[in-house]
Amino acid sequence: MQYSEKVIEHFENPKNIGELDENDPRVGTGMIGSPACGDVMKLQIQVEDGIIVDVKFKTYGCGSAIASSSYATELIKGKAIEEALKVSNKDIAEELDLPPIKLHCSVLAGQAIAAAVQNYKEKNNITA
Amino acid sequence: MSVELPIYFDYAATTPVDERVAKKMCNCLTREGIYGNPGSHTHRFGWWAAELVDKARKQVAELINAEPKEIIFTSGATEANNLAIKGVALKYKNKGRHIITSKVEHKAVIEPCKYLQEQGFDVTFLDPEPDGTIALDKLEAAIRDDTILISLMHVNNELGSINDIAAFGKLAHECKIIFHVDAAQSAGKLPIDVRALHVDLMSFSGHKVYGPKGIGALFINKDSKLNLVPQMHGGRQERGFRSGTMATHQIVGMGEAFAIAKEELAKESARLAELRRSFWDKIKDIDAIKLNGSLEHGAPHILNVSFGFIEGESIIMALKDIAVSTGSACSSDTLELSYVLTAIGAQNEMAHGSIRFSFGRYTTVEEIDYAAKLIREKVAQLRSLSPLWDMYKQGVDLETISWKGDH
Ligand SMILES: Cc1ncc(COP(=O)(O)O)c(C=O)c1O
Repeated sequence: MQYSEKVIEHFENPKNIGELDENDPRVGTGMIGSPACGDVMKLQIQVEDGIIVDVKFKTYGCGSAIASSSYATELIKGKAIEEALKVSNKDIAEELDLPPIKLHCSVLAGQAIAAAVQNYKEKNNITA
Repeated sequence: MSVELPIYFDYAATTPVDERVAKKMCNCLTREGIYGNPGSHTHRFGWWAAELVDKARKQVAELINAEPKEIIFTSGATEANNLAIKGVALKYKNKGRHIITSKVEHKAVIEPCKYLQEQGFDVTFLDPEPDGTIALDKLEAAIRDDTILISLMHVNNELGSINDIAAFGKLAHECKIIFHVDAAQSAGKLPIDVRALHVDLMSFSGHKVYGPKGIGALFINKDSKLNLVPQMHGGRQERGFRSGTMATHQIVGMGEAFAIAKEELAKESARLAELRRSFWDKIKDIDAIKLNGSLEHGAPHILNVSFGFIEGESIIMALKDIAVSTGSACSSDTLELSYVLTAIGAQNEMAHGSIRFSFGRYTTVEEIDYAAKLIREKVAQLRSLSPLWDMYKQGVDLETISWKGDH
């Protein structure tokens, strides 16, 4: 696959790799995808006063899946959780100039953000 | 000695034309060369060209212990497979409508078989063994009274697994079933004796053997007294089996390439087998690694390896200075996992991380060493990014997890 330079940059120097403590109440964890499909994204946020102060990810998948999750972490770091939820897969796909066949990688990244936020809310009994 | 980058480890996809071959080909193009139509019987230009074609036919035949008149030139192994399979099916459909092939054949065999299915033929696609070969007893069990054709490959292009063609040939012969073999990957790598193998039809490709692309051949055993329905109609070149002006330069190229292959086969195959083994020795202790196919009984030029818990396309991107191919879904146009790996029952988290390394005439020890080192480094790097790797390390069984966001 011929990728844009931005994908290659994120792939070669991914941002925010790692893990946060899943048991910490301030941490929300989202894991999306499946080994059968060849992509699994794990994205974690640490929230303080409604603001995402730290983000980490690990991704099993193709180059664009790794790049999409790396970029997603950059996008939401420092944002309020409700703002983070507004990040769309389109924002990711356009920034990285993903080829059409790889658009699902950006969708997955969007879902991973949503799943992490939801997990945080569930842990802290936040409704809405 | 230093290594020139990028390194080409995709010789099973295609090979560069050998300079000795290119030189002979160039001599068949321009006004100074032999440019006549080999089918022109009325003048010297045609005779000269026909002489070159005759020589090439002999060169191809000699690699496989055939006679020149048993060789039909086609545009490639794809066309040879189509001519063999459709040509037999259409000719002998009144004798029976059952065809046996396998799930791990090249698309150039699977697709003609599927086409025949649509035309009312009954096709059995045999399941391979875990090493990619076809078991003789399974083949035998699939044979029916109305079976007219068996088509099985010699060497599998993804795995390098080698079928026992002599045994299949003997069985087919005893059952009076026509036997076709796709030998695109074995020519020049394994010794081939069409007489000892009992094959009726065998397909070859020029560009896998340091010849040009766009040329191939079909061996048609004279003793089998076969008739085939041509798939290309026209001026009745190639004894009517394949119409179209003979492409002198391509044919000459394939002939020269096959002559060189014969000359160098024993030595070169031993050298490749040694490179392949030494490459595997340098990477085999990587955790969660698996050789797909067989180390001992595989073709000397193909090594298919799965790196668990990382994905093939990302491996290819990380190994950007090494040209290889993958069976991973993400790198195919259809986002489907390789049907060959699926057929041998590879687990998802292994199959997605499969890489085919294939070596050839210009592969050096230095390239092998360089690549092995780079692979160790990049696999570790990608695993540090992989949540599945962490789970594997923690002893989590991936089968027990309910995955979200399947697509
Ligand atoms: C086993 C096998 N059969 C057939 C082919 C097709 O050959 P060609 O490119 O000459 O049509 C190939 C190569 O792609 C192959 O590996």
